[in-house]
Amino acid sequence: MRLFRFKGGVHPDEHKVTTELPITPMPIPKRLYLPLQQHIGAAAEPVVKVGERVLKGQLLAKAKGPVSAPVHASTSGIVTAIDEFTAPHPSGLPVKSIIIEADGKEEWVDNIIPIDPFKLSAEEISIRVGEAGIVGMGGAAFPAAVKLNLGSKHRIHTLIINGGECEPYLTCDDRLMQERPGPIIDGIRLMLMALQCNQAYIAVENNKPAAQSALRDACEAFPEIEVIGVPTRYPMGSEKQMIQTLTGLEVPAGGLGADIGVIVHNVATAYAVQQALRHGRPLISRIVTVSGGSIKTPANLEVPLGTLAEELVEFCGGLSETPKRQLLGGPMMGTSIPHLDVPIVKGSNGVLALSETEMRLQPSPQPCIRCGRCVQACPVGLLPLEMAARARNGKVEDALDFGLMDCIACGTCSYVCPASIPLTQYFNFAKGELARKRVEQQKSDRTRELAKARQVRLEREAAEKKEAAARRKAERDAKKRAEQAAKEKEAAS
Amino acid sequence: MHAIVALTVLGLFLGFLLGMAAKRFKVENDPIVEEIEAQLPGTNCGQCGFPGCPAAAQALASEGAPVTLCPPGGKSLAETLAKMLGVSFDASAMDDGPAKLARVKEELCIGCVKCFRECPTDAIVGAPKQIHVVMQQACTGCGKCEEVCPTMCIEMFVPPTTLPEWRWPKPQHEVVARAA
Repeated sequence: MRLFRFKGGVHPDEHKVTTELPITPMPIPKRLYLPLQQHIGAAAEPVVKVGERVLKGQLLAKAKGPVSAPVHASTSGIVTAIDEFTAPHPSGLPVKSIIIEADGKEEWVDNIIPIDPFKLSAEEISIRVGEAGIVGMGGAAFPAAVKLNLGSKHRIHTLIINGGECEPYLTCDDRLMQERPGPIIDGIRLMLMALQCNQAYIAVENNKPAAQSALRDACEAFPEIEVIGVPTRYPMGSEKQMIQTLTGLEVPAGGLGADIGVIVHNVATAYAVQQALRHGRPLISRIVTVSGGSIKTPANLEVPLGTLAEELVEFCGGLSETPKRQLLGGPMMGTSIPHLDVPIVKGSNGVLALSETEMRLQPSPQPCIRCGRCVQACPVGLLPLEMAARARNGKVEDALDFGLMDCIACGTCSYVCPASIPLTQYFNFAKGELARKRVEQQKSDRTRELAKARQVRLEREAAEKKEAAARRKAERDAKKRAEQAAKEKEAAS
Repeated sequence: MHAIVALTVLGLFLGFLLGMAAKRFKVENDPIVEEIEAQLPGTNCGQCGFPGCPAAAQALASEGAPVTLCPPGGKSLAETLAKMLGVSFDASAMDDGPAKLARVKEELCIGCVKCFRECPTDAIVGAPKQIHVVMQQACTGCGKCEEVCPTMCIEMFVPPTTLPEWRWPKPQHEVVARAA
């Protein structure tokens, strides 16, 4: 198959030391912390009470609104609290979480396993995927059912299964593809049905030959599924870049893959779909790579959701030295976290503890020399230097004119910048500024409406008062007249 | 017959006179004032120091009042006004702390209904001798309720940042060119 090339990109050191290490199941920890918001969209709404005993796979919180995902219990135990707990988020702010004290019995909830998932309709498949709480497992955590539903609105001609895993260090998808290719293929077939589409490509970077051959063997019987080796280049695993590589089509600015008939799902999402439809298992665990120079024995672990990152590190023998930086996710796009007391959620693909030697020395930023390396490297074709200059001077609207909203925050520009300018951070800041302005505008529009409504209310009340007074006066007059009439009658008689 | 003609002529003449007077002595109403007023919150909260939004709009248009005068409008309003009036302003000077909201200390509230009569956005719910409550989604933080409360049971507080409201900070390290 002919491949296309996206502009720019880089090839950072891979550091994929855990490629050969099989997936190890992580024992159930004593306590699990399940944030109600593990996905893009509205937070889930708890349906259990504190003190209640829950079973493994039981629904803890239901989805709220069209773009949301439910949360299920990763093990059986008692709900000890529904309280704020540190979120796996760069802000380190707390978020409402359900805390479960595990009882170690691992008792499954009675779930109804569908007869044959291939007899279900397209709509039923995406409903079940939604009910299982499945979100995009590549990191963005967008509810998968919403994306599977797009088949009814758009005509989807190609489903791309993203096995790129272009981030350094991470090998969780690689191991999943090597060890469980059968279920992945099964999941892809179900996704094809949901999307009413009959062509799927599994794109795997060429640095994962074992995964490629395992998948090729597994999909031999299914001509609609094809494994494609793609060049090893960051950010290959980014949705838009992957679509471009495989189809040569560019997703329009501000648009979705579905606009050009392509949907991208992660391999781990395909696996989760298969687990949900074949075995009735909701998304309660995921594979996480624990790696980095400060980790004693790096590993690929299958972790119950809600386990603290700290416990993963301990399971891997702890830290060999104080890490220079701790991350959730990969080193390019992952979230830097101040401490490891944060839970593993649906979108966490790695826990990294990087030592000083692994960190590229980051001298303090120097002035931009306009060398244009960021422009060459930007996979979207933007001008990072121009956007950053505007963001720095608080002119975010001007940055918008340079295509700020098309920035995928991949970090390639910051990676290549010889002046160590934190370009990506400037773009994150600028995007936040725009969001803040939008919210402020909404609030002031609302205030204006409220003020108007109050004016209307005051006028109405005044009018009502007047009316009431007039009515009372009329009544009084009528009474008086009646009395007078009666008197006159009396006098006359 | 004479009377009809005389009255018609008189009517036409006086009408013409009035029409001319209306043209000649027209009161100049600056359209920009109305435009500015449409942008202001319209709550007449008085935080700007002018008696209500129309007066503030007038001051902005003709007396050179600063575009940053409206705290409930915030930075986005200041920017819109600056654009309308063609002036520049110092955005950093506006960051005088996060927005505040009102909150009723329930143990002190006597249910006097004074505050909710005063609230320009009807954000306070209550009834005589019932504890009042501020609906925070509707509160603009103007502080009018705080002023009228006889028991000082209304406090202005800074609401904690929630996850969806959190924004990436601006990179701190200033880039300084080194002297060669």
